[in-house]
Amino acid sequence: MATGAHHKRVDVARAFHDAGITTLLAFGLFLPLVGFETTTNIRNDLILTTRWPLLFAVVAVAGLGRLAYSFLIEPWLSQRALRPVATTPTWRAYIGKWFTPFAIGFVIVYPAIVIALGGTGRAVKWVDNFGIQVLIYVMLGWGLNIVVGLAGLLDLGYVAFYAVGAYSYALLAKTFGLAFWILLPLAGILASFWGILLGFPVLRLRGDYLAIVTLAFGEIIRIVIINWVDLTNGYAGITSIPRPTFFGIPFNSEENGFAAVFGLEFSPIHRTIFLYYVILGLALVTAFVTIRLRRLPVGRAWEALREDEVACRSLGINTTNTKLTAFAMGAMFAGFAGSFFAARQGFISPESFTFLESATILSIVVLGGMGSQIGVAIAAVVMIGGTEILRDLDFLKDIFGPTFDPTQYRMLLFGLAMVLIMIWRPRGLIATRDPSVFLKERKAIAASLVKEGHG
Amino acid sequence: MEVFLQQLINGITLGSIYGLIAIGYTMVFGIIGMVNFAHGDVFMVSAFIALVAFLILVSFLGVSSIALALFVVLIVAMLFTSLVNWTIERLAYRPLRGSFRLAPLISAIGMSIFLSNFVQVTQGPRNKSIPPMVQGEFVLFTKNDYPVTLSHKQLIIWVVTAILLACFWYLVAKTSLGRAQRACEQDQKMAALVGVDVDRTISITFVIAAALAAVAGTLYLMYYGVVSFADGFVPGVKAFTAAVLGGIGSLPGAVIGGILIGLIETLWSAYFSIDYKDVAAFSVLAITLIFLPQGLFGRPDVEKV
Repeated sequence: MATGAHHKRVDVARAFHDAGITTLLAFGLFLPLVGFETTTNIRNDLILTTRWPLLFAVVAVAGLGRLAYSFLIEPWLSQRALRPVATTPTWRAYIGKWFTPFAIGFVIVYPAIVIALGGTGRAVKWVDNFGIQVLIYVMLGWGLNIVVGLAGLLDLGYVAFYAVGAYSYALLAKTFGLAFWILLPLAGILASFWGILLGFPVLRLRGDYLAIVTLAFGEIIRIVIINWVDLTNGYAGITSIPRPTFFGIPFNSEENGFAAVFGLEFSPIHRTIFLYYVILGLALVTAFVTIRLRRLPVGRAWEALREDEVACRSLGINTTNTKLTAFAMGAMFAGFAGSFFAARQGFISPESFTFLESATILSIVVLGGMGSQIGVAIAAVVMIGGTEILRDLDFLKDIFGPTFDPTQYRMLLFGLAMVLIMIWRPRGLIATRDPSVFLKERKAIAASLVKEGHG
Repeated sequence: MEVFLQQLINGITLGSIYGLIAIGYTMVFGIIGMVNFAHGDVFMVSAFIALVAFLILVSFLGVSSIALALFVVLIVAMLFTSLVNWTIERLAYRPLRGSFRLAPLISAIGMSIFLSNFVQVTQGPRNKSIPPMVQGEFVLFTKNDYPVTLSHKQLIIWVVTAILLACFWYLVAKTSLGRAQRACEQDQKMAALVGVDVDRTISITFVIAAALAAVAGTLYLMYYGVVSFADGFVPGVKAFTAAVLGGIGSLPGAVIGGILIGLIETLWSAYFSIDYKDVAAFSVLAITLIFLPQGLFGRPDVEKV
């Protein structure tokens, strides 16, 4: 161990005492639900089986973890606290400067890389399941970021607007046969209309009340979708939604299809790649609009509102209207994403729009750093892409047994990550904010210097 | 009339369960000003603990007396749930005091997701149903061939709720612990200056909230005989609605709000549409917050700069 001048000796007796208490506590916490498992037997009666080895393992991990914390992490933390605040090293500033153009360049050539590496067969999966899926969440994260990150309004019912967009596209396309490119803006407008409708009465509420009411609205919309069977077909969902065309040219193997018109051999990957670039474009538009809006008076008012609502009111900012614009703007992007989702899947049902989905998007925004565009994008890649990769890791099955399904643990980890991030870095992983107004030179400021007021 | 009376009985039963959960919301909100979003899931966890305890008693130990089993299950569930909530407060909420305003709420949402998925992973995603613990009913009267009944289960719920509320009221109104709690509610810094251990008081508040949620969880399991990992969310939101309706921070308000929500839900299901019963409860929440944010018995809250 390093012996610095400020280095504190680890109190061994205390460390073991703490570890002992943690072990006991973990035993008490995990005994009922990890030590015992309720399963049904052949006659469908509920029976109890014991899992002592698992319980023992979990408790041991907790105790040893506490010991490790006392011996390794605590001294490290106390040493770090004593170190003078370091200025950002140049290599980090360098990476920060070039990261965004590099990332955009990478996502643009991503389909080509995947095809070059894996051939068209496997590329469909990587572009569709991985690329498009992640980009949808990046876009949703950026949309919610306007509401949560910029305006400081905690919206727990964001998925409702996503649902409005998806159902608008599905119903209008099936009933009136309208094209994707007409319905895309229309879905956005309808979603933002719902945002205004729901937002108007509730936006004068305090932050935590607002969160719960948006949650209630999200659930109400979902229950209505489930029960209004005549319109939405209830749980069964809407099937065979028209797929988007290449500006009028359908992606099929017929005479007038995309492949024939451009003289290519027909392959399902054409549509996938087209969809990939559509969602990439939509996501970039979201980011671009957000960045520009931050420099407009309304964007500045949003951020001022996040910092201190009372001060805003005393300065004559109409807080209700300002919040409403943020809410409507966020809802609009959710509507775009929703209509894209419906067009890509070809099938939607209320299952896709549960509270869990709202929670996933919210955790992406929270983990990425509320207000930080790059942070949200990285969080979406890590969380959504990470779970997609987890699905493929077969060697985990060898370790934990054949019934092990890593995706089960996805939300468990998301929830835990949200708690840990709030404790460890409440501003998110990327905690710098780019100032939109500056005197002489633009400098990124650490978000911990930014005060957050009532929201 | 007889249908209405029957629904009244059902509604009060359901409302008692909501009321017990709502007290947890209202107490925690009163003392640290946060919406404990994970409280509904603590309730669900308590129902699972009660389920495990019940199965241990019946299948491993062979207890045949239902009254004894129910009593032991209640105590066990209260103890273990208190431990769970105490730990949650210690790990997820205490480090966030003094952080920005939405931090505890986001942490609580994370905790809520964690708890429900933890139960899903450890106990499986299926509904867990047990054979009815208590059977039998009193027929109060019969009119037009429609018997108005009060089942033994419902009577147990009423009695247990009433006894616990009396104990709880005594605790808050008459003991030094209750005084410390009310002092922390008014002004934490001042309470600390006059010698109240604020951290300990907050911990005990979470423990009491969890114990009452555990009672609700046990009664829920006994009443419906089925529980699943997702059962924390909707009752949690409804109990929060009850707390808001009664005026958040007000203890009698939480109980009355709970009973009102229970009545609204059962009457709505009986007379309008059972599919939209959750919509009714959620709409009450929105309407209350918009038009009567201080609730029926709460004080209007003034924002200080």
